[in-house]
Amino acid sequence: MGIVQWATSPLGQHVPIHIAWFLIWVAVIAAMAFLIVHAIYMRFFAKEKEFATDPKSFDAAQLPARVPRHSLTARLFHWVMAASMLALLFTAFLPKVGVQFDWVEYHWIAGTLLTLSILFHIVHASFFMDFWSIWPDRTDMRDAWNRVQRFFGQSAPPPRKFSKYPLENKLYHGAVMLTGLAVVITGIFMMFRVRTIFFPRNPYLFGDMTWGLMYVLHGLAGVGFITLIIVHIYFAVRPEKLPITAGMLVGTMSREFYLKEHDPSRWSIKSLNQPQRGSVDGD
Amino acid sequence: MAVIRDVMPAFQLLQPTSIADAQKLLENQGHEAMVLAGGMDAFDWLKDRIRKPRAVVDLSGVEEMRGIRALSDGLEIGAITTLTEVVNHPVVTEHYGLLAQAASLVASPQIRNQGTLGGNVSQDTRCWYYRAGWPCYRAGGNICYADTPVGRNREHAILHAERCVAVNASDTAPALIALDAKFVIRTPQGERVVNAEDYFLGPEIDITRMNILKPGDLLTSIRIPSTWADAQFFFEKICDRNVWDFPLLNIASAIKLSADAIQDVRISVNAAAARPLRLKAVEDAVRGRARDASTGEMAGKLAVQGAAPLQFNAYKIPLMRNLVKRSITGVKEASWA
Repeated sequence: MGIVQWATSPLGQHVPIHIAWFLIWVAVIAAMAFLIVHAIYMRFFAKEKEFATDPKSFDAAQLPARVPRHSLTARLFHWVMAASMLALLFTAFLPKVGVQFDWVEYHWIAGTLLTLSILFHIVHASFFMDFWSIWPDRTDMRDAWNRVQRFFGQSAPPPRKFSKYPLENKLYHGAVMLTGLAVVITGIFMMFRVRTIFFPRNPYLFGDMTWGLMYVLHGLAGVGFITLIIVHIYFAVRPEKLPITAGMLVGTMSREFYLKEHDPSRWSIKSLNQPQRGSVDGD
Repeated sequence: MAVIRDVMPAFQLLQPTSIADAQKLLENQGHEAMVLAGGMDAFDWLKDRIRKPRAVVDLSGVEEMRGIRALSDGLEIGAITTLTEVVNHPVVTEHYGLLAQAASLVASPQIRNQGTLGGNVSQDTRCWYYRAGWPCYRAGGNICYADTPVGRNREHAILHAERCVAVNASDTAPALIALDAKFVIRTPQGERVVNAEDYFLGPEIDITRMNILKPGDLLTSIRIPSTWADAQFFFEKICDRNVWDFPLLNIASAIKLSADAIQDVRISVNAAAARPLRLKAVEDAVRGRARDASTGEMAGKLAVQGAAPLQFNAYKIPLMRNLVKRSITGVKEASWA
């Protein structure tokens, strides 16, 4: 039982046509297995987080009670992307599991919305946000290694508090970015195979093998998103992550949570004494 | 590809004698089963070796599914009743002439002697790319070979094409829709009765199926209510040859008149899309109007709104427009003024 379905083209070529649809269930089961293992670990085995104490003094009173984390623009992007992503997943996979409806038009409309929102995000993140805040840095790598060593009972210094985003968050963003680019780029080409308002249909744009590989990549990225999104929603509703989730709704997090989890020297917030202009450091 | 003809692949032949047994066998075999009624569709698939089912469920021994029975409110026709029996049945001929006429135009006498009513409405599409075993959308692939710049698509869809442009080729289906027939289906959950137009599926809903039958489902009979008995009927089939050919388009209408006005009407066209289309917008537009050429003209124009021709089938648009016009006025081409 392969993960790719093959067919013989009219020219006698053995070509892939799409993924095997059982991968939908593999993705769901993988996500559920991760959830269960993680929930059990957190409930019964996880220790209280330990962070290295910061030698530099920090005047917490200078912080606002609500620390800005995400601007309205960034939040709008997130929720538009989330809505289009869910619409894409439902329109792609519900028909494959027996819920039949006219899905193609909804799918490419949602895909167009996702593409536009990602283009906006690239520009917004590159020029109007702290671009590097979402990418792992050396401190993340060093702290990750220390956390791994401590997990296995070895002696290692405690990690520093997080910058704006924990390493897991950054890695998740990287996975979503790669998977998202895969579905968007293949999806744009696949729109040449159906009737849309954007360009004339051209099924001969690529050869059968290239088209087949494109469908396979689109499918693999699609089922990958099933796992990624289930895991994302799981973390969003975990009790210890709720302040971060709330930040994506209201744009801020409490000063206490900020001080508990984040390192002011790695994610600086403009203090109350500084002028208001440019004081919102959240993206 | 279909290079080995007439040598069917090996399969298990199952010959139930009751509807319950037949349905159970289909349920047990699931996707691996093929239904055999008259064999006019099934044997093509088998002899071309395009489909290689594990089991073939032969319905010819299920007597419950054969014959035409009078109901208190109409008729019930068993799904494996032959088309010849339908054509020759006195009640069908007298009161439901639309169906008799449609059935009489299916293929050839030999095929009508063997082909069944259930098989005629449930047959697969005749798109040759699909039937040749090419990996098109309908076969589970990712392309429609007919909808390419050089695809041979003279017989294909002008309406409701969604990736796949194949059409439904049944002659009796539009007649049954016009007669407001109900299809009786035995499913693993029990009996289900659906309106004729709801029996058929377009590619926008499921690109691999022509009707709502799922593995384990069995069409057992077709009920025709007396609502449209003795109405004014019109059926016309356009095809390349007068015998043994599939429709390029066909149309069926049933009209009730009140004085000179159209009191009620049902119109259905087939071979224009992947499913027979009931033209509800046209029905609504002509209801209450005089049955004359101007109403027919208006109906024809309305019917083809949204039609999107392919490379070689633009002729179907004026053809459908004229067929709808004629189906309203009840005048065939030869006598058209």
